[in-house]
Amino acid sequence: MAGSGKAHLRPEDEVLIRVEDLVVEFPSGRGRTVKAVSGISFDIAKGETLGLVGESGCGKSTTGRALIQLPSPTSGSVRHGLVELTDLSDEAMRRRRTDIQMIFQDPISSLNPRRTVGDIVAEPLRVWGPHDKDEQKVLVDRMLDAVGIDPDVARDKRPHEFSGGQCQRISIARSLVVDPELLICDEPVSALDVSVQAQILNLLEDLKAEYGLTLVFIAHDLAVVKNVSDRVAVMYLGKLCEVAAPDTLYAEAAHPYTALLLGSIPEPDPSAVLDEDLAVAGELPSPIDPPSGCRFRTRCPQASELCASEEPQMREVSAGHYVACHHPLVAVAG
Amino acid sequence: MSDAVETDRRLLTVTDLRTTFSISAGDVQAVRGVSFALDRGRTLGIVGESGCGKTVLARSIMRLNLGSNVTTTGMAEFAGRDLLSLPMADMHEMWGMELAMVFQDPMTSLNPLVRVGRQVTEHLRQHLGVGRAEAARTAVDLLNEVRIPEPEARLKAYPHELSGGMRQRICIAIALACEPSLLFADEPTTALDVTVQHQILNLLGREQRERDMAMVLVTHDLGVVAGRTDDTLVMYAGMVVEQAPTESLFEEMRHPYSEALLRSLPRTSQASHTRLAAITGRPPDLIDPPSGCAFSPRCPYVQPRCREEVPPLSAVDDPDHRFACWTPVGSPEGMDAFARNVAEGLPQAVAVDLAAPSSAGRGGAG
Repeated sequence: MAGSGKAHLRPEDEVLIRVEDLVVEFPSGRGRTVKAVSGISFDIAKGETLGLVGESGCGKSTTGRALIQLPSPTSGSVRHGLVELTDLSDEAMRRRRTDIQMIFQDPISSLNPRRTVGDIVAEPLRVWGPHDKDEQKVLVDRMLDAVGIDPDVARDKRPHEFSGGQCQRISIARSLVVDPELLICDEPVSALDVSVQAQILNLLEDLKAEYGLTLVFIAHDLAVVKNVSDRVAVMYLGKLCEVAAPDTLYAEAAHPYTALLLGSIPEPDPSAVLDEDLAVAGELPSPIDPPSGCRFRTRCPQASELCASEEPQMREVSAGHYVACHHPLVAVAG
Repeated sequence: MSDAVETDRRLLTVTDLRTTFSISAGDVQAVRGVSFALDRGRTLGIVGESGCGKTVLARSIMRLNLGSNVTTTGMAEFAGRDLLSLPMADMHEMWGMELAMVFQDPMTSLNPLVRVGRQVTEHLRQHLGVGRAEAARTAVDLLNEVRIPEPEARLKAYPHELSGGMRQRICIAIALACEPSLLFADEPTTALDVTVQHQILNLLGREQRERDMAMVLVTHDLGVVAGRTDDTLVMYAGMVVEQAPTESLFEEMRHPYSEALLRSLPRTSQASHTRLAAITGRPPDLIDPPSGCAFSPRCPYVQPRCREEVPPLSAVDDPDHRFACWTPVGSPEGMDAFARNVAEGLPQAVAVDLAAPSSAGRGGAG
């Protein structure tokens, strides 16, 4: 988007996490700053899966990490219930992290290769308790079992003895063993084969139902995001473009960038018409010096002078469907 | 007459190609007897999961599997010469000139210490003896052709100064420099964003058509081969399990593995939270492949015969559509086998039945 605004936020008592005006910047030498996330606002209701989608470099992972203050945002607010996470001391935040856990893209490098699977999954319990070894073992076994790993076979093995998909199951077990409320999944299936990807997506859906989890699901693959999400937020160059329920978003994309992403998906259907001219206007601009106004205007077929001078604000196009665009592809209600 | 024309167009004939890697644990049979033919100007997709042998197959034909522990047998006849028995010196002459390859990771396939310009012109200068000035002019043309803006400036850049998509365009320009007649593209877009993937696939398709070049597109994504290839090979455990013109493959998938790959793919046409038909289990150990059909331990249609006898790759109705299965998708035997397995509670059949009860046993693109 392209733009800012908070029209899409829900009343605070209905949401588990509320993020407002989140800004994350990194120094980049010679006095320049990388504007990774530039003032985005969103919320996550309890039990919901929020899909964050966009190209590499759009700031989706940085946004996910800002939720657990890794690192703390440059400015803006992240509220978890009534607690403002950005105000917490490091120690208080550390204690909060049992409630907010994260899994990463590369399952193999996120597990310590020198430790056994039993140790890896028990590690959070060693910090947070229960400290009784037998109790720990019961919890670890139950968790491994829940993610589809046989604890008797796996307990004494090390990560290299497992495939990528199994390692991702193990890292899910490790994150869930402390019984978190919110699980942030950063591209959890991008490194996996399609067959294994389907297993992990099904597993996440099952675990979400069983443990009453709330998920943030970060991915660049729109088909994957649609499959797991209750609400999808499309990001572009540190800004939010569009927020909607997945079935709405995919049926009637209002933002030209969403339409571009959707048109790029390779459909496994030879009769589908390939749009040869789509996305000829190339590449993501630099986040060091982003375009004025709407950040997507340099690649946007709809761009006008207004887009260069004024940043679009989030507005509702239909119930629960919000877009930040001066020239949305669907008519704006009201 | 038509025979003569056909032989004339034939560019590559691979016959019973087998590649084995000897490691301390035993012999890994990565490719176990693959045969196919490719005509000039045609595109072939090779699809399968990681470890199915698709990359090893492409690299075996290119003679890029170096090392004393690799054994490749069979034939790969390219324009009348068997590539597998050519001296390495002759292969060096073929690389770039006749056969070229684009790899998955555009960062590691470029030399980080050498400016892009020298890498693009290397083949021209080496193979064609083109002078420096003329090579530089050709390089600008090539970069224009792969739609890189400001080519003169880009030629002076180092690879790290370019984005992933730009680097892959450079790799394609390098591969096209000497106008090869066959291009291998090994997962050329797997490391790229979906929008960039779309652009790169369009670019490869356009170049392939304009140059009448044959192309082998290796990918794990059925969505990438659909609409962009003439024919498709589906590989599993080092063997071809289904081989057909891409359109017939998607119209009527016959092998349970092809069907399973397609089913496990999330689609934007499905409603949110649609349960996916994951393929249970993992691909087999290629040091000691299972007896019978290699897919039988994971197959929802499996029958006792599948565990004992390897099904041959053969055609039933359409001579161009070949598959290796005793209980093919869509056949009466297949439907019976599936129904029986669901009734008996076989986990992989139940999983499919739960996820896609209405489409079970029908196959096709749905």
